[in-house]
Amino acid sequence: MANVIKLRKGLDVNLKGKAAKEQFQVKKPGVYALMPDDFTGVKPKVVVKENDVVKVGDALFVDKNHPEVKFVSPVSGKVTMVERGDRRKVLSVRVEADAEQQYVDFGKKSVAQMTADQVKETLLEAGLFAFLKQRPYDVVPDPAVAPKAIFVSGFNSMPLAADFEYVLQGREADFQTGLDVLAKMAKTYLGVSAKQSATALTAAKNVTVNVFDGPAPAGNVGVQVNHVDPVNKGETVWTLGAEEVIFVGHLFNTGKLDFTRVIAFAGSEVKKPAYCQMTVGQQLSTLVENRVAEGRTLRIVNGNVMTGVKTTKDGFLAAHATEVNVIPEGDDVHEMLGWIMPRFNDYSNSRAYCSWLSGKKEYALDARVKGGERHMIMSGEYDRVFPMDIFPEQLVKAIITGDIDRMEALGIYEVAPEDFALCEFVDSSKLEVQRIVREGLDMLRKEMA
Amino acid sequence: MNALRKYLDKIKPSFEEGGKLHAFRSVFEGFESFLFVPNTTSTSGVNVHDAIDSKRIMIFVVIALMPALLFGMYNIGYQNYAAAGVDGTFWEMFGFGFLAVLPKIIVSYVVGLGIEFIVAQWKHEEIQEGYLVTGMLVPMIVPVDCPLWIIAIACAFAVIFAKEIFGGTGMNIFNVALITRAFLFFAYPTAMSGDACWVAKESICGLGNNLPDGFTMATPLGEVATGTVPAFSWDQVWGFIPGSIGETSVVAIAIGAVILLWTGIASWRTMLSVFVGGALLAWIFNQWGPEGNAGAMMPWYQHLALGGFCFGAVFMATDPVTSARTAPGQFVYGFLIGAMAIIIRVLNPGYPEGMMLAILLMNLFAPLIDYCVIQSNINKRAKRAIKK
Repeated sequence: MANVIKLRKGLDVNLKGKAAKEQFQVKKPGVYALMPDDFTGVKPKVVVKENDVVKVGDALFVDKNHPEVKFVSPVSGKVTMVERGDRRKVLSVRVEADAEQQYVDFGKKSVAQMTADQVKETLLEAGLFAFLKQRPYDVVPDPAVAPKAIFVSGFNSMPLAADFEYVLQGREADFQTGLDVLAKMAKTYLGVSAKQSATALTAAKNVTVNVFDGPAPAGNVGVQVNHVDPVNKGETVWTLGAEEVIFVGHLFNTGKLDFTRVIAFAGSEVKKPAYCQMTVGQQLSTLVENRVAEGRTLRIVNGNVMTGVKTTKDGFLAAHATEVNVIPEGDDVHEMLGWIMPRFNDYSNSRAYCSWLSGKKEYALDARVKGGERHMIMSGEYDRVFPMDIFPEQLVKAIITGDIDRMEALGIYEVAPEDFALCEFVDSSKLEVQRIVREGLDMLRKEMA
Repeated sequence: MNALRKYLDKIKPSFEEGGKLHAFRSVFEGFESFLFVPNTTSTSGVNVHDAIDSKRIMIFVVIALMPALLFGMYNIGYQNYAAAGVDGTFWEMFGFGFLAVLPKIIVSYVVGLGIEFIVAQWKHEEIQEGYLVTGMLVPMIVPVDCPLWIIAIACAFAVIFAKEIFGGTGMNIFNVALITRAFLFFAYPTAMSGDACWVAKESICGLGNNLPDGFTMATPLGEVATGTVPAFSWDQVWGFIPGSIGETSVVAIAIGAVILLWTGIASWRTMLSVFVGGALLAWIFNQWGPEGNAGAMMPWYQHLALGGFCFGAVFMATDPVTSARTAPGQFVYGFLIGAMAIIIRVLNPGYPEGMMLAILLMNLFAPLIDYCVIQSNINKRAKRAIKK
């Protein structure tokens, strides 16, 4: 039996609109887009021009600092637009898909006979290396630096997240090959949930399986790294999303790229929350139209409700998104005397509200912040939902004050913004904790460069 | 509700930048967010938020203070009628106490919140709710005969010099309400200590009785300071003794403690360890204390019941801003408060009320305690890096 790690800190928020385990069909749209912002820490250099014809696997842009890290087109077709924002920042590269998809053939590979460098070469060439992230800094890794370990989390514990066990069905072989590939490059750890039973996960080969038993954010890879083999100064750990392990496996098994993933379409405003197949960069209108409630302003979240980015139906599926959540925006809600009312429909982790009474009730929360921003007042709030051997409050304060030495000493190398999502959720001072942590990481990275 | 909302939306523009009433922006915002939960939505990070905010938290502390406050009002009447030897009904006694306390509450809030509004306007910030609690605490920790103008000066001093110059609620080093009391205690000792100020001496609106000007009645701790140990009685637990307005009833404070602990607003670690520290030190004095010292001879449980010990432990020591913020630190912090309070009481008869000084002293040391706890985590991480 695998090593079981029990986590007591954390919080499961029971949100309405969980995806049922069935799939619906989404029609393939014309335009796809790859957004450099989805790949944190990358300075994009666009290598295609408008009207260029690309295949699945042809690079659209590369990282200026590491040109070998390529970001490839998820579909074949014609480049229609390189969208730029302020100061010519690249916002997206759009490709209009052909009816008949053309693939770059990278050739079938037998992982067992390859060396670590060959494996890495293949990943770089096919653009899948870009899906890796590294701790420290939670950015696309520097291919020249070898990691001490690679971590994959086999489950997402955040509310409304896709159930990876369901997503994995029928793609077990690709998943295992993907793990084999990672294991070639460094010691690989797979974190699974105590609730998961699929043998493709619990009995995965060539990797060390750790079972995590506890509430969210147990599924965050950062939490798992912290408990298994924490990142010290000067060390690097790579992480890869479980769905992206399937991409890798598919590449090595067939020689072709397939950026299709099964995502959860969930949230209180989704008419029939369920799963569907979407391709990275697919336009969200194909998914959202006619499938969400009408009559009020909605917030479409590209990714998870706790960590994802607000988008519109004209947006494109983010590179790392494993779900699309739709919740009410809530800017039309005017709750009276909120400081004293029982507010039965609002969730709170604090017993100053009644949520503790209502057991398994599902909440339809909107996007309101529900309070003004204050200095940090309450102590221990973050700590209760932060299952790592780190003082979250003090770390956030160190970042706010820009104290680099102290950030280092308090363990900023081990964290990513997503690890602070629940801290931000429960915070009574309403600080934008994830943004603060991201700024801290960027500050440190700049300083160390 | 809708009509009110519409009215607010209508008058809102005149409070914004360039509006006629812009000088009152902070006041308007304060009232608007008091009436309606702000409908601003998140722009970064999590897309949903917990319903808790600092308004809710502060209001719950005020609710937790209510039993002690209401009992304190009743006790003021009770003490006055008892001293005059007159039988009064419950409502007469309560009404008298209510009328004696109400002006203090009003003065405390008007002065303190007034300064908060001005500072918020000046710094272009929202009103911070911290003073909701401070403003209620201040009238509860002063003697009933404390003049209003003194309270006004003390509140202004504390809000400006103990809070705003540090950056407002959440940034202060010392508990603001205790600074108010310390200011009163050292600047106007006759109004705050001795044996003349604990019972209301003038009737108000026909309620209560006029007592002779020279009437005095010491608090039990006052008696200790003069060398006699007051006999233990259940009145000291129920609270029918002279003392600061809110501090006398252990039972009423216990109700507040339950509210604070149940909602998780106060730290049980701090609260518990204050009592443990106080009880242990008092017990040690009982066993091996200096001969002839009344404070040392008073039983440990009586030490905990009398004076501001309970009130301080429940409402003051647990202030999250000025107490230790790490869980292990809170045990140390609380324990030292309890211990210091008893040490001051016993060994320095000049300050029969040791709790205030003990908490202020530990406020000063809370960052040091946290430093030690955090440093151990830092050292562990540093060692881990070297071992590899």
